[in-house]
Amino acid sequence: MELGPYLLLATLEGAVMASVLALTAVGLSLVFGVMRVVNIAHGEFYMLGAVFAWYIAHWMGGHPALGFAVALVVAPLVVGAIAVAADMTILKRVSYDPERTIVATIGLLYIIQQLTLMGYGPEARPVAPPFNTRLALPWFEFKDGALSMYWPWGLSTTSYKLAVIGAAIVVLLGVWAMMARTRIGLLMRATQQDRDMAQAFGIPVERVYALVFGIGAGLAALAAVLIVPIQQAHYLMGADPLLLAFIVVIIGGLGSLPGTVVAAILIGLSDGIISVFFSPTLAKILATLLVALVLVFRPQGLFGARRS
Amino acid sequence: MTDSPKTTSTTPKGISRRGALTGLAAGVGAASLPMWARYTHAQTAAPIKIGFQIHRTGIGAAYGRWYGRTTDAAVKVINDAGGINGRMVEIVAEDDGTDPRRGAEVVEKFANQHGCDVGFGTLFSHVVIGSAPRAGELKLPYFVVSEGHHVASGMLNRYTLQPGITDVKSQVQAMAPYVANNLGKKVTMIFPDFAFGHDHRDYFSAAIEAQGGEVLAQIAIPPAETSFTKYFPKIPRDTEVLYHVMVGPAVLTFVKELGEFFGPSRPEMFGFIDSLEAVDIASPGLEFLEGTYMWEGMCREAQPDATEHAAFYRAALGVDARGASISDPTDVSTYGHMFGCWETLHVIKAGMEASGYAGPDDRTKLIEAVEAMSEMPESQAHPQGAKLFNGKTHQVFGHQNISRVENGRLVRVHRTSIEDTLYPDEVDYTTQSF
Repeated sequence: MELGPYLLLATLEGAVMASVLALTAVGLSLVFGVMRVVNIAHGEFYMLGAVFAWYIAHWMGGHPALGFAVALVVAPLVVGAIAVAADMTILKRVSYDPERTIVATIGLLYIIQQLTLMGYGPEARPVAPPFNTRLALPWFEFKDGALSMYWPWGLSTTSYKLAVIGAAIVVLLGVWAMMARTRIGLLMRATQQDRDMAQAFGIPVERVYALVFGIGAGLAALAAVLIVPIQQAHYLMGADPLLLAFIVVIIGGLGSLPGTVVAAILIGLSDGIISVFFSPTLAKILATLLVALVLVFRPQGLFGARRS
Repeated sequence: MTDSPKTTSTTPKGISRRGALTGLAAGVGAASLPMWARYTHAQTAAPIKIGFQIHRTGIGAAYGRWYGRTTDAAVKVINDAGGINGRMVEIVAEDDGTDPRRGAEVVEKFANQHGCDVGFGTLFSHVVIGSAPRAGELKLPYFVVSEGHHVASGMLNRYTLQPGITDVKSQVQAMAPYVANNLGKKVTMIFPDFAFGHDHRDYFSAAIEAQGGEVLAQIAIPPAETSFTKYFPKIPRDTEVLYHVMVGPAVLTFVKELGEFFGPSRPEMFGFIDSLEAVDIASPGLEFLEGTYMWEGMCREAQPDATEHAAFYRAALGVDARGASISDPTDVSTYGHMFGCWETLHVIKAGMEASGYAGPDDRTKLIEAVEAMSEMPESQAHPQGAKLFNGKTHQVFGHQNISRVENGRLVRVHRTSIEDTLYPDEVDYTTQSF
């Protein structure tokens, strides 16, 4: 394949990955930013979203779009509710102590993963996309001195992949609007800045925490519902997004939403492009190297504020 | 502020980035720990105990499910006919998580805890390669159903045998003439990046060159990969035949993205059914497979000329004419491979009967009895077809099938002879001491 079409294809693939990654990482970043909880079980909430999407699509039957639409709404809500319950029954009991929450969320990871294995099984199961048309993309070349259009072999995407990118942008704007423009966002930001002071002012910090944990998990589940028609629901699918989401959050700055989005685009696109031109392993090596460099030279992350 | 100690008002100690990272490292490290093994108590050795190393979880889970069902069906048939040497067969199944390290532990449990007579069943080549040395050390006969060339290449040991399924080297050698003569000579290969895929890479490249063809590009994909489009631009434009073989939970994604990549202008395609095992060929998005070719160890769809033995085998498994479970038509089997479990168990039975096997002290006699086997005629014990066992290399040889996708069904278009699959011996295990 020639360089131009090759690059376009890599960029499109990378953009899909970046979209899903951004949603997952924003959830993780929100939880860390507001609650100072490093949620190791975040990838499992992502996996649960995909698994619930499969169950819902399977039970609904009928046109794929119907099951998918219901899954898009219900799966994140259910996963969010599970996360809220986990927050109230586990994280609250360990007083959100940083070390103990890490151990607790590791436990949560195993419990969710093994329960899924017991109930859902080890198979990878597909969810039909609501729509999926192959879109061949044109490319331009100079032929006989004039710019002409042609259709290179393999240069294509699908309508569903473009829809994933669009949906991710909409959801991210929604998260931003919630944080910046609503009362609940105000409460979250107040809790993030100083929880004791927030509590002194009558903000129900415990409920804010439960809500934030639920929203974080719900965002991961939403990302999984979006990706599951492209990939398949599998009980081990949470590991990769967890690692990449941590990479993104560290590069972007823990707790910074714009930083997380920029880092997700950076990591997603570079992963797409590097793995197309060189190898997927090199893409992972470079991403990890970038984390190391950020930690050495800008430990607060690209967009993070240095805390006193 | 409240004075109740149970409220959330404990101010979190400022979590440092280093603290967060240490925690993350600990978390990721802990996440990679295996689950604590479940130990069970040894029982008295009245039945013949066959340790079944099964891929119940991990990337081989789809195969494991059907290898398990095939094994159960074969054991039922054997026990209904009186067992082995008058003793019932008992399967001791242990999940190896499709993981080599875990595989070796499972072999140890068979030998030391369960008191199994033999070990059996493994498919994924990296698990076989990880487990076989331990089986050799523990002197446990280890019957694998793996397809890898590692048995016949001499890499393993005298205790490891593969009498129920042919190896990749003989499969691809038998496929190459058909590919070169009917599909094209310029081939691009896509294969999983571990031992099994490397067997395909090495032996198919050699075999197609022997037919006057050439391999334009070799694209290796990590077996745990979940997204594939990024690899496909490496397929050269002048490719005439795309040769694909893929494993793992994402095979459906792999084939779908292949179709989306090529659209209406695909090259000829020759695949190993591995890329579609446990996947319904009529799944949405796979329409482009129409007219492509597949290797099949045993034909998933009931063929019009199926023998009575093949029909008996299909019925015993509870699989319908399209290769899916009768009770759940969406549960598609790994029909191309799982016959290997059935045939291997029957070889174990024949070997134990020939050697008068009475207990673990007779393990070497069992191996010698299997090594002495040669022709295995088509029968209820060998429903896939006649086989030829090579006692020196511990590897069996047999017929291979090529099917073409026609109207969403796999229709056999060619069946090779056993001679097409033979190659010179690379090892003589019988010269090794026990």
